[in-house]
Amino acid sequence: MEKLVLEGVVKRFGNKAVCDGIDLVVKAGQMVCLIGASGAGKSTLLRCVNLLEPIEDGAIYLDGEDISVPGLNPQNVRARIGMVFQSYNLFPHMTALDNAMLAPRRVHGRTRGELVPEVSELFERFGLSEHMAQYPDQLSGGQQQRVAIVRALAMRPEVMLFDEITSALDPQLVGEVLDVLVTLKHQGMTMVLATHEMGFAAEAADKVCFLHNGRVLEEGTPQDMFGAPKKPETRAFLARALK
Amino acid sequence: MFRPSATGLTRRERYEAQQRRRALIVASASTAGVVAALVVLVPLAPGWDKVRNSFFNAEVFAKSFPKLLEAFWVNVMIFAWCAPAIAVLGLLIALARDVKSPALFPLRIFGAAFTDIFRGVPVILTVYLIGFGIPGLGLPRPWNSPYIWGSLALILTYSAYVAEIFRAGIDSVHHSQRAAALSLGLSERQVMRDVVLPQAVRNVVPSQMNMLIALQKDVSLLSFIGPVEIFRQAGVFKSLLANFTPYVGAALIFLVVTIPATRYADHLMARQMRDRR
Repeated sequence: MEKLVLEGVVKRFGNKAVCDGIDLVVKAGQMVCLIGASGAGKSTLLRCVNLLEPIEDGAIYLDGEDISVPGLNPQNVRARIGMVFQSYNLFPHMTALDNAMLAPRRVHGRTRGELVPEVSELFERFGLSEHMAQYPDQLSGGQQQRVAIVRALAMRPEVMLFDEITSALDPQLVGEVLDVLVTLKHQGMTMVLATHEMGFAAEAADKVCFLHNGRVLEEGTPQDMFGAPKKPETRAFLARALK
Repeated sequence: MFRPSATGLTRRERYEAQQRRRALIVASASTAGVVAALVVLVPLAPGWDKVRNSFFNAEVFAKSFPKLLEAFWVNVMIFAWCAPAIAVLGLLIALARDVKSPALFPLRIFGAAFTDIFRGVPVILTVYLIGFGIPGLGLPRPWNSPYIWGSLALILTYSAYVAEIFRAGIDSVHHSQRAAALSLGLSERQVMRDVVLPQAVRNVVPSQMNMLIALQKDVSLLSFIGPVEIFRQAGVFKSLLANFTPYVGAALIFLVVTIPATRYADHLMARQMRDRR
């Protein structure tokens, strides 16, 4: 089943088309990895899907419903799509637990009382129980990023977007965050990742898309993409990235 | 060849200890020199005896000080009701200037005009115009009090400054915080209330402390329209005793309050700088 479909998505900043007609299909339960050089449009594409950036042209469908209609209230869409950022962006004035409970309380109108057991369970599942009462600045980068993932999951999203979530981490902390993604994949979460972790993409992705100058230049299974890339640009990028 | 010292200190530690001793000696010597120069030179001025008598007269000081202290309570009271009103109005103005709804566009204009006007007019003029102008409408008894309208003048002026500081605070919250909050499905209003404002307010606490200190001093401007607060009381003594010592007394009372407050604001500021690093 097609969960998320992008058709000819165009996003311009001034004269520069950062997304220049992107087509992408993400099936339910799939993990799709977007790879490509910085500036290829990976992050912008994810921000467009979450309606943080309005698109100039094309359409984005979630469960067959066009979510890119101009003037549509973005809140309901965003509540169904979780997003995790490179810089964690936890709210520094709240504990980890309050970070995760804010949106369910405000958006779904649920009480702390009913949320605490449910959200605590999420923290526990990702090995973060002991950090629930801590503030973001008391946590390591890896812990903060895992809390950010839990915060997004607390909304019970149908799709998760990950925008280079390990790029700001020390190398020894990358593993603990990527493990969370593997767990989510086993649980059947639909996920789109912008990533520079080629090894992880090769191992865990269902589909890999190579973005170049705002377009999906080539896509396929990790075996095809990393084993036998067809386009010269893809080959050049991978030669640099895998060096 | 390098040899570790017998005292257990490293070369660097010994060097730094020596530097500290030298700095202490130089600082003490230069301070002592300046103080000595002041103590010796100032009394040599031809008018010193006159000045000492009319500004630093112990007798006048003892006589006026209790009354001045009493009058200072008037300042404290005016300050105490103005400060919360300024905080609330300042925040509302700051928020009004950023409203996005077209229906509330007049509010936006009002906010901009408000800050422009009240930051652009000297406080003393606002105090005069409102403090004399509004009671001039012939309002009945409690409503013609200069306490009310003088306070209002202070509240309006300071709210304009405080609003600008709040706005700077709102801008200082990184836009990625907004993006994260929006991505969770929060509305613009919820993002402002739950995510941006708490951080913004915290960021501007030191600056707002400085506004409070300035307000504490500017309360004295109300003396020009009637209330007998400390500055006015000192003026009464000056006329009565033909001596300026009460003004020095008043200044001392202000300093007792403002110096600790200033130090505290500096401390908050320094801590914030440390936290940001």
